[in-house]
Amino acid sequence: MGDEDGRLVVDGLNVYYDRVHVLQDVGFEVGAEPVAMVGRNGMGKTTLAKALLGLVPAASGSVRFGGQELLGASPYKIVKAGIGYVPQGRRIWPSLSTHEHLVMVGAKAGSRWTVDTVYDVFPRLAERRDVSGANLSGGEQQMLAIARALLTNPRLLVMDEPSEGLAPAIVEHLASTLRSLVDEGQSVFLVEQNLRFATELGDHILVMVNGRIATDLRSEELLADEEKQNLYLGVA
Amino acid sequence: MDQILTIGLNGLTVASLYFLVASGLTLIFGMMRIVNLAHGAFYLLGGYVAFSVLQGTESWSLGLLAALAAVGAVGVVMHQVLLRAIEHEDMRVALVTIGVSLILADQLLVYYGGVAHSVVPPDFLSGGMELGVAGIVYPRYRIFVLGLAILVGIALWLFISRTRFGMIIRAGVDDRDMVSATGINVRVVFAAVFFIGSALAGLAGAVGAGAFSLAPGTDVEYLLYSLIVVIVGGMGSIPGAAIGALLVGLVSQFALGYTPAVASIVTFALMIGVLAVRPQGLLGRTA
Ligand SMILES: Nc1ncnc2c1ncn2[C@@H]1O[C@H](COP(=O)(O)OP(=O)(O)OP(=O)(O)O)[C@@H](O)[C@H]1O
Ligand SMILES: [Mg+2]
Repeated sequence: MGDEDGRLVVDGLNVYYDRVHVLQDVGFEVGAEPVAMVGRNGMGKTTLAKALLGLVPAASGSVRFGGQELLGASPYKIVKAGIGYVPQGRRIWPSLSTHEHLVMVGAKAGSRWTVDTVYDVFPRLAERRDVSGANLSGGEQQMLAIARALLTNPRLLVMDEPSEGLAPAIVEHLASTLRSLVDEGQSVFLVEQNLRFATELGDHILVMVNGRIATDLRSEELLADEEKQNLYLGVA
Repeated sequence: MDQILTIGLNGLTVASLYFLVASGLTLIFGMMRIVNLAHGAFYLLGGYVAFSVLQGTESWSLGLLAALAAVGAVGVVMHQVLLRAIEHEDMRVALVTIGVSLILADQLLVYYGGVAHSVVPPDFLSGGMELGVAGIVYPRYRIFVLGLAILVGIALWLFISRTRFGMIIRAGVDDRDMVSATGINVRVVFAAVFFIGSALAGLAGAVGAGAFSLAPGTDVEYLLYSLIVVIVGGMGSIPGAAIGALLVGLVSQFALGYTPAVASIVTFALMIGVLAVRPQGLLGRTA
């Protein structure tokens, strides 16, 4: 254990959908510093997040977390090992109310995250506690998806495009909430298409192109280099 | 007038049994997308288990409990041993569960023979009961069956809407991968749901064998009708199963009373009519 504690080490990860080689020899590490991954549509970012959580099978490679091999483990064991998941599209359960989402996941009393402390960070959710997940706004659903993941008291939080489809003011608010979690010491691996959001949160940026990690650079570097932004993201 | 009331009450008795059987079927389907075609055979098995236990111990309530537990256990074993590996392949699941159904029904035929048996209810549930309406006397046991179905329905509803386990079931129906991704072992939940769903069929068989007789072929009849109930009410919905059972029970009994020659056609027409207007069933959600 020791310095490997809470560190995610991915190595030579390969994932196929039938014959299509979607992730090709992906390797990277996430430690205490937040890491963000950017890349255009269909490049394999969500597949990577799912593979980390055991939601899609990998053909080969290794995903170690805190020194423990997680590849091939079932999703619930991976979550128990300390990885929290905020999926793309939020995947709120329409049959459950806001409060039920949180109660269902639950948490041991005295943990950093309990239903009460989650409500402290997201007071809006407390106001909407009896509303069905299906009737929440996009921003509220995103907060709920994050709250739900926090309740598993993860050492590493994996988030897939949390800013997708949200109004700029809400994205701003979300970014500052997440920033304060990171400042508090929460490890984060963030997948984002929104470059501003990604660089605001991630110190380190990985760029995924066609299932490979094309480059790995510091946020300032990517922000300062419009040519690279064009090349990797197609944004000006 | 008397006749209409009596047929209506018969419809309610049948609906009660259909509900007990179909609620188990729909619970399992909703959570796991498994259509258990052995569910009718589970009904039959429940009836025979209750029959044997009643013979051996002379305790009717022990017979009911034994049917519930034994059939629940058989369901779990079938799921763990035969279905786990093929869960996502509908056709294989259908074939395997039909296979289980045929083997089970055949074994029961060998063991209990082709004659009809029944699970005789205890004295306090026997005889007739004055309903105080139009001087009708109706079998007390059938009123008990109706009451039991209502009780089970309420219990299921409370369980699903109020408990944490019920939340997990509802969330699993919506998106079960996300349930695993919050650290919950869905396998254990599946086993529990298979137990409850199968146990309901067993209970229905034990109870049904007191109102109607138990004989080879009953399994197919209950499988067919509970499938119709679930399709009419909406696959995966427990309130849907209640409404579906009520409709199918009443329609089938009135058709039997007034147009016996084409009774089963009328029941199928009900299903086709509902499907034409609401393909997902009355309370079902579109996939
Ligand atoms: N279940 C699946 N079966 C087959 N192919 C899939 C499946 N899911 C995704 N793909 C394909 O795999 C590739 C990678 O998809 P993925 O969702 O990982 O991309 P992404 O980078 O997350 O894209 P986006 O930015 O749009 O979310 C795409 O070409 C996609 O069409
Ligand atoms: Mg994606």
